Amino acid sequence: MTTTTTETTPVGGPTGPVLSATGVTMRFGGLTAVRSVDLEVHPGEIVGLIGPNGAGKTTFFNCLTGLYVPTEGTVAYQGTVLPPKPHLVTQAGIARTFQNIRLFANMTVLENVLVGRHTRTKEGLWSALLRGPGFKKAERASEERAMELLEFTGLAAKRDHLARNLPYGEQRKLEIARALASDPGLLLLDEPTAGMNPQETRATEELVFAIRDQGTAVLVIEHDMRFIFNLCDRVAVLVQGEKLVEGSSEVVQGDERVVAAYLGTPFEGAPGAEEVAEVEAAEAHAGAAAGAAAAAGAEAPSTTARTEDDQ
Amino acid sequence: MIRMTTTHGTAPVLPLPPAAARAATAAGAAATLASTFLAWTWTDDFPGDLTVTGYPGGLQVLTLVGALLTALFAAAGYGFKGLRWLTPAGTTAPVLWLALGTLGTTWYTITAISVQLGGLANLEPGGWAAGLASLATLLATLGLPADRATEEEKPTGWQRFTGSLAATAARPAQALPSWAEILVIAASFGIGLYVFTYGIDTEYGELFIGYLILVGFAFGALHRAGLIGRLTALTAKHRNVTLAAAFAAAVCFPFTQTNDQYTSVATNILIFATVALGLNVVVGLAGLLDLGYVAFLGVGAYAAALVSGSSDSTIGVQFPFWAAVLTGAAVSLIFGVLIGAPTLRLRGDYLAIVTLGFGEIFRITMNNLNGSTGPDVTNGSAGIPNVPDLNLFGFDFGIEHTILGVPVGRFGNYYLLMLVVTAVVVLVFRRAGESRIGRAWVAIREDETAATAMGINAFRLKLLAFALGAALAGLAGTVQAHVTYTVTPEQYQFAGPVPPNSAFLLAAVILGGMGTLSGPIVGAALLYLIPAKMQFMADYQLFLFGIALILLMRFRPEGLIADRRKQLEFHETGQLDVPEQRLPEAAAGVGTAKAEA
Repeated sequence: MTTTTTETTPVGGPTGPVLSATGVTMRFGGLTAVRSVDLEVHPGEIVGLIGPNGAGKTTFFNCLTGLYVPTEGTVAYQGTVLPPKPHLVTQAGIARTFQNIRLFANMTVLENVLVGRHTRTKEGLWSALLRGPGFKKAERASEERAMELLEFTGLAAKRDHLARNLPYGEQRKLEIARALASDPGLLLLDEPTAGMNPQETRATEELVFAIRDQGTAVLVIEHDMRFIFNLCDRVAVLVQGEKLVEGSSEVVQGDERVVAAYLGTPFEGAPGAEEVAEVEAAEAHAGAAAGAAAAAGAEAPSTTARTEDDQ
Repeated sequence: MIRMTTTHGTAPVLPLPPAAARAATAAGAAATLASTFLAWTWTDDFPGDLTVTGYPGGLQVLTLVGALLTALFAAAGYGFKGLRWLTPAGTTAPVLWLALGTLGTTWYTITAISVQLGGLANLEPGGWAAGLASLATLLATLGLPADRATEEEKPTGWQRFTGSLAATAARPAQALPSWAEILVIAASFGIGLYVFTYGIDTEYGELFIGYLILVGFAFGALHRAGLIGRLTALTAKHRNVTLAAAFAAAVCFPFTQTNDQYTSVATNILIFATVALGLNVVVGLAGLLDLGYVAFLGVGAYAAALVSGSSDSTIGVQFPFWAAVLTGAAVSLIFGVLIGAPTLRLRGDYLAIVTLGFGEIFRITMNNLNGSTGPDVTNGSAGIPNVPDLNLFGFDFGIEHTILGVPVGRFGNYYLLMLVVTAVVVLVFRRAGESRIGRAWVAIREDETAATAMGINAFRLKLLAFALGAALAGLAGTVQAHVTYTVTPEQYQFAGPVPPNSAFLLAAVILGGMGTLSGPIVGAALLYLIPAKMQFMADYQLFLFGIALILLMRFRPEGLIADRRKQLEFHETGQLDVPEQRLPEAAAGVGTAKAEA
C-alpha cells in the first residue's frame, strides 16, 4: 500500500471523540425514525452500526452528514458542533459513501476522485480563467493525491474509465476513494459490502483496516454480521430508531434483545433454547446464512415503516 | 483493403461481382461528372443558369463535386497507392454515402427544375443523363461488399443496406511528424472555411438545399472513411493549434466577401453562437435548464444602448466602448444573480418554468418602462434606436475600410469585433470547464446530493454558473446593440422566427451537443442559416424545424458533436470506453463509428 506520504487531517485533542452525536432525533411528521440516539466515535476506532431493515440507520447517517436536519440533538466533530449542511460537514472532516452507489456516473474514475478533493482545494473561477502558476500547481497536486488514492484502492489502472462502466465491486471502492479524497477524520460507510461476494467482502475488510491504520476513524453500517464482528472495535445496535445496545462484538452477540430484534421473540410453547442455539451455530458458520436470517428477521418483528432510502 | 472474396456476412445489397461493381461505380461517377458539362434545362428562368454546355453552373457544380468525390473514394477503395490514406476505416460505406449524396443533390435539382418550370419537359437531355448516371452509380455502389459483416443470419435487403452504410474501425494511423499534423489541421480548417463560406454565399434557396444535402452526405462519408476520427484525434492532440486555426479561419471570412450582404449573416451567426456557448455553461456544464436565457442578452444590449450616447437614450451619457462592455456584462451578471438567487434552490423542471417566466418578465418590463405605464427608461416597444456606430482608436466601425487591399464593410468590422468576443467566451468556457469549478458543475449535473456530500456548495456553484452565463450573454449583447442599431423588447422573446431567442438558443445547444465547445457553434450556424436561406418556405419553417429536432433526438440524442460522456450515455456499448492511451486514433474511430451505428 502506498500510504506513506498520506497525511490525514485530525487535529483535535488526542483523547476527545472524533464524532459525538447527542440525543439525535429525527421525526418525519408523526413518525420518529431516529429517537434520541447518542453515539461517539474515537480516533482510530472502527465502529459498527447494525440493526434490522428500517431501524433508522441510514436516516441516522443522513442526520450526521447534514443531509437531514435532525429534529433534536446535535452532532459534533472533534468537539465542534456541525451545522446541518452536507458540504460544511464534509469540509469539517466527515466523508461518506452511499447505500445505493452514487458516483458521478458519466465522469471518469480520476475525475470522480478529483471532485472529492473539492473541499481541500481553493482555486476559484478567476484562478481557472487566468491559469496562473498556482492553478497548475494545485491541479497537479490534486491529481497526484487522487492517483495515490486510486492506487490505494487498486483502481489506478482504470483512471480514464467512466465510473458507470466499472464493475459493481470497483464502483464501491471508487466511492470510498472519492470519500477519502476529502482527507476526512471520520469516514461513514453505508453498507460497503452490499451485493459483494465473500472475496470482495474480505478485500473491503482489508481496505477498511488500511483506512483505519492511516488514522481515519470509521463508522460503518452493515448487514453482514461476520464482516461487522471481524472489523469493529465497538458495535451499536439500532432497533426501531432507538439504540438498543452498544459494546464489543461479544457483548452485542450475546445480547438477547439483539437476537430478538433480528429473529423475533419466541412465542409460548415455541421452539426452545435448542433451536436458538442451532440458529446461532448456523449464524456462526456461514456469514451468508446470517445475512439471509437478517433479511428474514427484518420482515418478522417490526413494522417500523420508513424504508431506508437516503432521499 | 479490398475484399475480393464476398463472404456471407459482407454480401452486398445487389449480387454483383465485386470487380464489376467497382468498375461500374467508377464509370457511373465519370458519367455523372460528364453530364454536369451538359445543359440540364433550356431556360435561365431556373436560378443558376444550367443551360450552358461545357461550363457547369450553380447546382451542377454540386453534382460535379459529388461525382468527383465518389470517384476519388472509389479509387481509394481500389487500393491506388497514393489514395489509401483517404480510407483508413471503411472503403465501401464512404462511396455509398457519396453516391447517395450525389443522387440526392442531382435528383433534387431535377425535381426543382420540373416543379419550378412546370413539368419534366423542361429538362434537357443533360438533365436526364445526370439523373440516370447518378442512379447507375448508386446501384453499382450497392454491389460493393459491405465493410462490416452483419450479425443477422439471413439479412433482409434493408438490413444489408443499412449494414453497408456502417464502417469498420479505422486501422491504426501512421505517426506523422508534428509539423505535418499541424499542417493537416490547418488545411482542414481551410477547407472547412471554404465549404462554410460557400454555404453562406449561396444566393438562392435551391442551391442552399442542394448544398445541405451534399455536405450532409459527404460528412457522413468522411466519417465512415475514418477521416473525421483521424482529424478529431489530431485536434485533441493539438488543441491550442486547433483553436488558433479555427480563429484564423474565422478571421479570414470577411476577406473572402466582396460585399456586406453575407457578412451581416455571419455576424448574426456569431452573436447567436456566442450566446449559445454562454448558455452551454449553464445547461451543458451545470445542467441547469434555463428557458429565459435570451433575457440576459437583452440586459446587456439595453445596458449598452443606454450608455451608448444614442439620441434616444434616456440617460444622456456616452461611455467608451470598453466601459460599455463592462457595464453590459456587469448589469447582466447582477441580473443573473438576482434571478438565480431565489430560483436556483429549485431543481429540474421547476427551474425551467421559473426561468421561462423571468425571460418573459424581462421583455414585458422593457415594454412597460415607457413613461406611461412605468418610469421612462426604455421607450417601451419603440426601443432605443440610433445606437451610434463604435469608434475604437479612431477606427470607425460604421464605414468601409480597406484592409490588405480587401474592402471590409460595416458588418465586416463588427464581425471581427464579435469574433474577439466569441474568442473570449470560448476561452472562458474552456478554462472554466476544465478546472475544479467545472468538475464541480458536472458533478452537480450528475448527482446533486452526492456532490454536496463531497463538500460542494451546490447552491453557490450553480449561482456562479448562472451568473457567468448571464455575463457572457451580456457581453455579446453589448456588441449586438451596435450591430442592430436598435434595441427593442421584441428581439428578446422566448420563441420567434428569428434567432436568437430562448428556444432557438436551447435548440442550438442541444442540437449541436451539450457540454462541448464546437457543438453550440455548429448548432447556431445551422439554426441561423437554414431559416435565413429558406425564406421561400417561411410558412413551414417552424414545422420543418420541429420535425428536424424530433428526428435528431431520435437518431442522435447526444447532438451533432458529442463529447465522450454523452456518447456513452446514449449508446450503451461496452467497448467504447477503452482508455485512449495506446491507440488514440483507433479508439476514437471506434467510438464515433459505434455511436453512429
